[in-house]
Amino acid sequence: MGARALTLSYRNRELVYLAVVGVLTGIGFASVYIARQSLVSWGSLGYAVFFFALYIAAHLVARITVPDADPYLLPMAGLLTAVGVTEIYRLGVSDAFKQGLWIVVGVALFALALWGLRRDYRVLEQYKYLFGIGAIALLFLPRVPGIGTTVNGARLWVHFGNFTFQPGEFSKVFLIVFLAAYLREKRELLAQARLKDVGPLLVIWGACMLVLVSSNDLGSGLLYFGIFLAMLYIATARLSFVIAGIVLFLAGGVGAYEKIGHVHERVTIWLHPWTTQKVYCPPTGGLALRQDCESYQLVKSLYSIANGGFGGAGLGKGTFATTDGHQLIPFINSDFIYSALAQELGLVGAAALLLVFMLFAARGMKIALQADDGFSKLLAAGLTFGFALQTFIIVGGVLRIIPLTGITLPFVSYGGSSVVANFLLLAGLLLVSDRANATR
Amino acid sequence: MNNQISRVAMVALLLLASLIVATTYWQSWEAPTLAAKQDNAIQRVAQFRIKRGLIYAADGKTVLAANIAKKGAGGTLYFRRYPKHGLASQVVGYSTQGRSRAGIERQENAYLTAANANLGTIFDNLSERLKGTTVKGNNLVLNLRPGAQWLAETALRGKCGAAVVLNPKTGQVYVMASSPGYDPNKIESSAGYASILNSPSACPGSASPLFNRATQGLYAPGSTFKTVTAAAALDSGKYTPNSQFYDPGYCTEYGVQVHNALDQNGPEQFGNVDLIQAFIHSINAVFCDLGIKLGAKAILDKAKDFGFYSSPPIELPPSEVAPSGPYNFAQHRLIDNPGVLDPGRMAFGQDKLLVTPLQMALVAAAVANDGTIMQPHLVNKVTNSSGRTVVKVHPQVWKHAMKPATAAALNQMMQGVVQSGTGTAAQISGVKVAGKTGTAETSEQNVYTAWFIFFAPADDPQVAGAIAVEHQLNGFGGAIAAPIAKQLMQAILASTSKH
Repeated sequence: MGARALTLSYRNRELVYLAVVGVLTGIGFASVYIARQSLVSWGSLGYAVFFFALYIAAHLVARITVPDADPYLLPMAGLLTAVGVTEIYRLGVSDAFKQGLWIVVGVALFALALWGLRRDYRVLEQYKYLFGIGAIALLFLPRVPGIGTTVNGARLWVHFGNFTFQPGEFSKVFLIVFLAAYLREKRELLAQARLKDVGPLLVIWGACMLVLVSSNDLGSGLLYFGIFLAMLYIATARLSFVIAGIVLFLAGGVGAYEKIGHVHERVTIWLHPWTTQKVYCPPTGGLALRQDCESYQLVKSLYSIANGGFGGAGLGKGTFATTDGHQLIPFINSDFIYSALAQELGLVGAAALLLVFMLFAARGMKIALQADDGFSKLLAAGLTFGFALQTFIIVGGVLRIIPLTGITLPFVSYGGSSVVANFLLLAGLLLVSDRANATR
Repeated sequence: MNNQISRVAMVALLLLASLIVATTYWQSWEAPTLAAKQDNAIQRVAQFRIKRGLIYAADGKTVLAANIAKKGAGGTLYFRRYPKHGLASQVVGYSTQGRSRAGIERQENAYLTAANANLGTIFDNLSERLKGTTVKGNNLVLNLRPGAQWLAETALRGKCGAAVVLNPKTGQVYVMASSPGYDPNKIESSAGYASILNSPSACPGSASPLFNRATQGLYAPGSTFKTVTAAAALDSGKYTPNSQFYDPGYCTEYGVQVHNALDQNGPEQFGNVDLIQAFIHSINAVFCDLGIKLGAKAILDKAKDFGFYSSPPIELPPSEVAPSGPYNFAQHRLIDNPGVLDPGRMAFGQDKLLVTPLQMALVAAAVANDGTIMQPHLVNKVTNSSGRTVVKVHPQVWKHAMKPATAAALNQMMQGVVQSGTGTAAQISGVKVAGKTGTAETSEQNVYTAWFIFFAPADDPQVAGAIAVEHQLNGFGGAIAAPIAKQLMQAILASTSKH
């Protein structure tokens, strides 16, 4: 404590970093403005000012509720949302406005979560089955007739009037809370691998996987499975569980590749995006080069990344449309936002962005290490691993490391549910961090 | 639990680090491969944000390719405009959205878009990007002389054929014309493109205006190839210009008589002649006899010294430059085995031999330049947008075709052709002109490809070249092609002496 008196307090440090992020956001919007004067107005800078104010508000809530929490996470989240909203703004002004509203909702829920759980978030442990069942219920929601919506072959959305959201994003957070609580309680027993203890775990996890696979949401399926294995390993220290899990997953993957057309298609696209001869094209039923048909999105997105080169085209100067205004890459501001950013910011900017993701993950894991009790450790590690794995699944898919599955890039992609869920994730990490540092 | 958390943290960080590695792979290592993909629409659109460099003729004033700016939704785009509406159309080529690129526009795209790896260009390019200004490509100044080029295209108008004129000492290409030509401004629109493909022309079958007959057109060389056969004979050391032959009016090959061609005055018989006379009067029987004695392999080996069997290294896309040599017509590929060839008929440029006008211009250039062939260059220099020279093209040796003594002897023989042989139509008063006619048989009866290869002045050659005119009914090289050569030589020599 003596040493800290000589330097800035955690919250003052956070404020300074937020000011830096505010300046960066201003520069980002200014460069979009300069590059696209014919299309956007000086009003765009209003976004930067508005964001700065919003994050100052979040900071003030943190100052009161979690004074000892990690000072880097909030500014990094701010930077990622700012980068996202700047790029979304550059791609389409109206989407940026909606995204801005969602960020307001996210910050509001973030503040509410911090306030509500400021005394002791560990009360959540008592409601673990509620979270477990809630996770499944949320996943089932899009399947309820009348409110579920199918987009791009996957039934993941729920709509109430004009209001649409993706409950799966929240389900992820709920599942992590459930797993943290359950695994903390049963970890010794689980390590003996008795069916009685493993049972409920497998039931809830299995139900999630079933829903995900049947709704064609393979990216989320992989994400949940990864989170489950990581948390199980942390709780039990049994590497054999992880190995068995991976073997099961691969076996399931091969089976799915053989039997499920959707999976087969994704893998084929991944392995052979380019063909020199015309092949069967399912959407049209005719023959076409695969790069003109099934792998169109992936290939166009790779061209976008490659076009960025080392220094990038510059914010606002990338090419995403033909000369007559026809869009080249579908879902550019959600699933493929990374390929837009990589083209405009180049290798320098894309690597810097990924480093921010790495730093965020590193801080999250540090919080898990510093936490005092099993629930807190599992919660922080689970939330952080989920964040990192989700980033890997979408960016790795875009970069052809793994088959591409549609999932959002945390804090950056366009999508309300994703932004709000990630603010809840951030709130969880700050709560754990505050408690760990305060008791020190 | 902390041990496990540390390990999971390590896995998470490695997963994220792999993303940086993969991004690096696509943005640096694989970027050129992806940029070259045919379906890379981004690259194609992005290229239209760049103000391509201009293409100038040799005078540095005549603009062959310029830009027009169009304000669009995503900023200013630059589209190509060809102010001369087709002067040297196949050489300059085109750069369009719909049909990609051809000609110099394709081959020199890196310079024209300032994407070349020249340090100065990279810094200029970077500062332009940082300043947010339009990236400007480098300009090209060609060696093509606009006046002579126009003259050649005018002379070939209404005919199908090609003309190549170059400087034998430097390889600078002064004229490269292919008829019929086209207006590159029409390429982009599909109606315009169709009108080019369907344009009427003098040649039966496909007119193919997009096809560069100077570098891709494959024709039987006829008697112009006797230059190569004579070089093979003289270089072998077994023959001199004064070696004696007897011409009975035909030669006997595989027991069959191969008669002299119907030259201007009908079938001829010269009796006792030396090699000089046989060359000047283009006597097939003598060369047929000579070819049988030398053998197909010796002739082809000499042809290879002249550059046959390889595409001349010129600033055009490799797909637009064909190698010369004996062809398997059915499979459209070169024949490697001399054993299947007919040496007698090949010696006077028939049998399976096919050559490009560019290759025959280089044969003339080899004689003019003491047996050495300089690399042909269409581009003289590359300048940046402020006019500073980025790259100057220097003369380079391509092939050593024959001994200097052989070249000197052939020089005399080719002068004889113009003074008193089949090529008198190329005479220019006050200038010693050297040449060789060719009247190549085609698959159609009495239809010939008229050839003339030439250089001048013979004692200090400044120009060398080849003219080929297709589908001439009873048309002879000396009558059809030689007068065109004369016009071009006169024009270039007159403008060169002024410099």
